[in-house]
Amino acid sequence: MSATDELLNPDFPVPDELQSNIAITTIDKIYNWSRRSSMWPMMFGLACCAIEMICTAASRYDLSRFGMEVMRPSPRQSDLMIVSGTVTKKMVPQIVRLYNQMPEPKYVLSMGACATGGGPFKEGYNVVSGVDKYVPVDVYVPGCPPTPQALLFGLIAVQKKIDQQSILTVPWYQRGPSEAIPVPILGPDIIDPRQSDVIRVQAAKLATAATAVAELSGAAEA
Amino acid sequence: MTELTASPQGAATTAPDLTLDAHFPDAVQKDTRPGYSGYLVNADKLVEVATAIRDEMGYDYLSSVTGVDYMNDGKMEVVYHAYRTSGGPALALKVQTPRDNAVVPSLVSVYPGADFQEREAWDLLGIRFAGHPYLKRILMWEGFAGHPLRKDWREPYYEEDHKPFDTRWPGGDFHRSEENNPFGTNVQYPPDFSVDGWVPEAEDAIYAGAGALKESGNGHELKTDKLVVNLGPQHPSTHGVFRMVVSLNGETIDHLEPVMGYLHRNHEKIGERNTYLQNMPYTDRLDYICSMSNNHGYALAVEQLQKAKVPERAEYIRVLMVELTRICNHMWAIGFLLNDLGAFFTPALYAIKERELILDLFEATAGSRMMCNYMRFGGVYRDLPEKFKDGDTIDFLRELVNERLPRAIDDLDTYLTNNEIIRSRCIGVGVLPPDKAIAYSTAGPVLRASGVPYDVRRADPYSIYNRFDFDVAVRYNGDVYDRYLIRLDEMRQSVRICQQVVRDLPTIGGDIMSGKLQYQVRVPASEAYGRVENPKGELGYYVVSNGKANPWRYHIRAPSFINLTVLGELCKGHKVADVVGILGSIDIVLGETDR
Repeated sequence: MSATDELLNPDFPVPDELQSNIAITTIDKIYNWSRRSSMWPMMFGLACCAIEMICTAASRYDLSRFGMEVMRPSPRQSDLMIVSGTVTKKMVPQIVRLYNQMPEPKYVLSMGACATGGGPFKEGYNVVSGVDKYVPVDVYVPGCPPTPQALLFGLIAVQKKIDQQSILTVPWYQRGPSEAIPVPILGPDIIDPRQSDVIRVQAAKLATAATAVAELSGAAEA
Repeated sequence: MTELTASPQGAATTAPDLTLDAHFPDAVQKDTRPGYSGYLVNADKLVEVATAIRDEMGYDYLSSVTGVDYMNDGKMEVVYHAYRTSGGPALALKVQTPRDNAVVPSLVSVYPGADFQEREAWDLLGIRFAGHPYLKRILMWEGFAGHPLRKDWREPYYEEDHKPFDTRWPGGDFHRSEENNPFGTNVQYPPDFSVDGWVPEAEDAIYAGAGALKESGNGHELKTDKLVVNLGPQHPSTHGVFRMVVSLNGETIDHLEPVMGYLHRNHEKIGERNTYLQNMPYTDRLDYICSMSNNHGYALAVEQLQKAKVPERAEYIRVLMVELTRICNHMWAIGFLLNDLGAFFTPALYAIKERELILDLFEATAGSRMMCNYMRFGGVYRDLPEKFKDGDTIDFLRELVNERLPRAIDDLDTYLTNNEIIRSRCIGVGVLPPDKAIAYSTAGPVLRASGVPYDVRRADPYSIYNRFDFDVAVRYNGDVYDRYLIRLDEMRQSVRICQQVVRDLPTIGGDIMSGKLQYQVRVPASEAYGRVENPKGELGYYVVSNGKANPWRYHIRAPSFINLTVLGELCKGHKVADVVGILGSIDIVLGETDR
C-alpha cells in the first residue's frame, strides 16, 4: 500500500462527507515525510568522492529528484553531511566543528572507502581510519569512489532511516541540550580529548618501557 | 611479433654537450653511480652553480626539488631537475648532506619556484634549507612529531618495511592494524608526551606568518585597519580542502598565504612500502579528475627503469585516453571557473555532460569511471571494447572526436567567451608575466597562458607524440581570461590528436602489452624521472630503485602544488572577490596538491 493510499484510507473512521478531504496519519509520519523529502546536504567535499558527489548532483543523475539538490555551503542550514573522501588528521578538527555547527536533526553519510574505514590510505600517518572514530555515521556507502548510483542508493537509505524514526525516541528531542563532540587537538599526533585517559596510561607505559630499554643498554655498555 | 616503438625517453636524461664538471672543477662532479645521471654539487657552491646554469646555460626552469634519504650511507640527498624552456632533456643536480644535520642552501633566491618544494622537503624529510624565507611545515602541522619520509620513521600502523606483508601473504593470517597499536587507533606519541601539558600551535601563528596584523593603517591619511580573512578549508570555491589566509586593506589584498595539507594522505610513504605495481591505482587518486594521465607518467618512469618497450597499439590507446582525459579536465576546469565567478553550476552542467560520455568509455574499457588503473608497465591492461553503446566502439569514437566534442567546445566558446560579465571579471585580473611564470616554476596552461610555449609533449617528446600534428597552444596576456581561453585552445588541439589516433587506430593491430603480465616487477638499482604533460601541467615521477621489489624513493612533482607557489603574488593588489577567480583559473586538485 502506498503512502497516499494509507493517507486516504486510514484505520480511523472518517465521516462520509469528509471523505477525501481530510487525511489522518500519525505526527511521526507527516513529520518524517516532510523531513526526508527536503534533505539539504552540506556543500562540502573532501577528496575524489566529492567529484562523484558533484556528478550525482548534475543533470545525468539528478539529485533533485529526491529533494536534495539544495546544497548549502553553511553547516547551519544543512541536514546531511556527506563525508566525501579521505578524512585526514589535519582536517578532522574542522569536520568535527562543522558537525557540531549543524542544527539537529542531523545525519552523516560516509561516502567511500576512505571515510568509512581509511580505505586504501588507511595506513597513512595523516589518515583517520574512518570518520566514525569522531562523529556518528548513519549510512556507509562502499566504493572507491562509489558510483553516483551507489551514492543515490545511500541517500535513499538515509531517507528510509528517517522514515523509521519517532519523535519520542530520537536523541534530539530528549531533555536538556545535546552535547557537542569535543574538537580534536593537533598535537605530536592527533589528540582526541575523549581518549585522554587511554593516551595517559599508554604513554606512561611506553615511557617506562623506553627507560627500561635505556637502562638495559646503559648497563650493557657499562 | 609486433613492431615495438622506441623507449619513451632515453636512459641518459642529461644533455650530452653539457660539461658542468669542467666549468666548476672544484664544486661539481659527474654522478657516476650505476643507473644514475646528472651531477653532484658541493653544498657550499650550490647557489653559485644554480645561478650559472640559469644565467649562462639557459636552464631557466627548475622543475622539481626533492630529497632522498640514503639511510644506509648516512646521507640525505637533495635532487633538482632543471630544464630549458626552449626544450630539451633535464639537468639533474644533486647535493649531499649528512643525515644527522641535513642543511642545504636554499635556492629560493635563484628559483622562487623552489619555495614550497623546499618547505615540503623540510616537512617530510627534515632537510633544512639555509636562507629560506619561511621554512615552516607545509603539509603536516607545526608540532607534529618527526619527519615522516625518513626511512627510520615509522607510522603508527607500521607493520613491515615492504609489502606484501608476511602476515597477509602467503600466510593469510591477517589482523586489524588497530590491534597492534597500544592506543587502538592510528596515533602514536613520543614517550615523554604528556597530554595535559600540550599547547597546540595557535591560529595566530599562521596569521602572523601571513604578514598580517603587523601594522594597522598608514599613519597619516584615512585610518584603516588591516583585516585577516580566512577562506577554507571548507569553502565551496577552493576546489576541495584548501585554505587561504588573506590579509586585507579595505577590500584590497595585501598578502595571501596558502595553507595546505588538509588532504595529505601520505601517498609517498605508502608508495615506498608498496610494490611497483601496487602504486598504479594510487596514482589514480592523485589528480582524481585525470587518472589516465597520472597512470601514464608513472608507467613512463618505471618503464625507463625497466628499459621496457611499449607496443604500437598500446601507445595509440594511451595517447587517445590521455587526450580524452585532457578534454575532461579542461571541461571541468572551465565549468568550475565559471562557478567561482558566480555563474553557479549552469556552465558546469554543460561541461559535465560531455565528461560523462567520456567516462562511460573509460568505464567500458578500464572498468571504472574515475579510478581507471588502466596502464601497466609495458602497455595497457585491456584493449578497447569491440562494442560500446549499441554500436562499434570505433564508430562511437569517430563520432565523438569528429562531431560531438568539437561541437561541445564550440558551444562553450559561443556561450562564454564574449560574455560581458566574464570579460570584465577576467581580463587584466591576476596577470602573470612570462619571466615570473618561469621563475615560479608554473606549468601547463598557467605557463602557456603567460606566453611561454612550453609543452613537454613538444619540448621533450615522450610516447609517440612526435608523430602527431598539433600545435602548442599559447596565449600572451597571462590573465584569468587567457588562462580560460588557453583551455579551449588545448581542448581543440587534443581533439586534433584524437582525430589522428582514431583515424590510424583500426590499422594498428597487435599486442597491447610487451612481455607477460607481472605481479612483481623488479628493476635494477637506478633512478628515473618520468614526466608527462598532464592537463594541469608537468607531472613528474622521481623513482629511485635499490633493486628490491619496492621503490626506495617515490616522489611526485605535482603541478597543482607547485603552481600554487605563485598564488600569493598573483592575488596581491586585487580585490578579495577576485581570489576565487584567480584560484579557479590555476585549476588545482587537492589530491595532487597535498598528495
